[in-house]
Amino acid sequence: METQLALEKWAGVISTLVIGAGKEDGGSRGNIVKIGGQGSLPLLFREGSIPNPPVIAFEIWDIPPLDWSEELVSAYGKALNDPFDWANKCVSEFNAQLLCVKMQGTHPDFGNKTPKDAAKFISTLLSKVKVPLIIIGSGDDAKDNLILPACSEAAKAERCLIGCAVQDNYKTLVASALADGHQIIAESPIDINIAKQLNILISDIGLSLERIVINPTIGALGYGLEYAYSIMERARLAALSGDKTLAAPFICFVGQETWRTKEAKVGPEQGIIWEIITATSLIQSGADLLVMRHPAAAKKVSDYIKSLFKR
Amino acid sequence: MFIIGELINGMYANISAAIKERDKKEVQKCALDQIASGADALDVNCGPASREPLKDMPWLVEVIQEVSDKPLCLDSSKPAVIEEGLKVSRNKTIINSTTADKEKLDTLLPLANKYKSKLIGITISAKGIPQNKDQRLELAANIIDRCLSESFPIEDLYLDPIVLPVNVAQRQMRDILESIAEFKIISHPGPKTILGLSNISQGTHLRSLINRTFLTMAVAYGLDSAILDPNDKQLIDTLITAELILNKNIYCDSYLEAYRKK
Repeated sequence: METQLALEKWAGVISTLVIGAGKEDGGSRGNIVKIGGQGSLPLLFREGSIPNPPVIAFEIWDIPPLDWSEELVSAYGKALNDPFDWANKCVSEFNAQLLCVKMQGTHPDFGNKTPKDAAKFISTLLSKVKVPLIIIGSGDDAKDNLILPACSEAAKAERCLIGCAVQDNYKTLVASALADGHQIIAESPIDINIAKQLNILISDIGLSLERIVINPTIGALGYGLEYAYSIMERARLAALSGDKTLAAPFICFVGQETWRTKEAKVGPEQGIIWEIITATSLIQSGADLLVMRHPAAAKKVSDYIKSLFKR
Repeated sequence: MFIIGELINGMYANISAAIKERDKKEVQKCALDQIASGADALDVNCGPASREPLKDMPWLVEVIQEVSDKPLCLDSSKPAVIEEGLKVSRNKTIINSTTADKEKLDTLLPLANKYKSKLIGITISAKGIPQNKDQRLELAANIIDRCLSESFPIEDLYLDPIVLPVNVAQRQMRDILESIAEFKIISHPGPKTILGLSNISQGTHLRSLINRTFLTMAVAYGLDSAILDPNDKQLIDTLITAELILNKNIYCDSYLEAYRKK
């Protein structure tokens, strides 16, 4: 007897979000990236539409990286000494569709660059590479509230994804995203209740839920990956059941979390494998954007996504 | 919870006057207010004073459809009145209601199939109102059986255990609640369940409190839908909280607002 698949019917759909604006939209990007739009759980193609595969963003910094492992450093070589060379290498050599620039050099402890410097950096970066940008602060709330509005303004109309808004510090960033036409990352500490609450707070001040990407905060393999997985799964189940406040795509900072583990640093290739496993697991739990570091890991995961979506 | 707003009913003076004077603004305002308060569908009833229900029902339907595409719950004891409403409905519809009586089912089931309408079945019959849970279950089984034989989809059937005022039939309350849970296991897939909520508090002094307490208990027994006053904010807040406690929605500090954003 033929086995009948039990297919779930879902009422909700994840919002579709575009990063990057081309000339026709008032920006200057050569390509745009579309994420979200799923009407089913990850990879269950028969249960609903999955119009956009997950996308990998290459992580770069506005300064040469400080504590990156030798394996990462050797993958990029001398290009790391100049962030613009680094960005170019990601695009031209590793085919990055999207860059995630972390403004680490603005942190009070790591260079303390001014908002003016930060804005100039973003303007130059936008002129040197044509892929869409994700712009991330250094993680110092007070300083981020100064530099992110400057970066936002410098990238006006380029429809960047800017972050991260957190429960105790979101208003300045939301106002900037509203003024300059960007999308926003809402970050919660592996806590679905706070993720939901923050999305409501953001939408209450006028940025629609459709312009939010959730950063659920993840752990790498061995460091709470399954906890992040379950939070993402639960949010997705709620969203597909009709909860619009959780129907946002996910961004996962895979590279950052992987390369801080001691396992990633013990021998050749192990870090790459660690990054691949973390990324592919998160794809299974619904990740839409994967911010990655090692080009070899990014290549493997990109091939994996292609094979999953070959239909 | 599928909330059906009860306020477009000719037994209320404003709607009765609006029907009489063909004042569509009043009806449309009532529809939009209820939707803004959380109604997923709107009950439509010409009321006992309507002299020409066959004309009033389609007028109400047309007027509401001008401002909303929410499902309409066509409410009349006369099948002919319901059919006049069905004829002009572009929105989804729910027939309110059939009893377990053969004549009612003979007329309304074919109408529900013809117009692809959902159907509310109340567990009463010409013999009267059931006095206990077993009588309710027997009538429910009769309705389900007829639906199955007419190929009506059971998921589109809403069974109402018939709520009686608490000051009239206090001893029946537990049976009514248990019926909600047991209706759902009569067949697979099971029917949905519904209550006309306000009846519970007829003739009492603390209507709103009794309504929301009973609704909370019914939700815990698995109630799917209720016809109620969505403008009673405390009632809706209580309902949202009850569903939260049953893990139907994910908690956040602004969970009341989150529900209303859905």
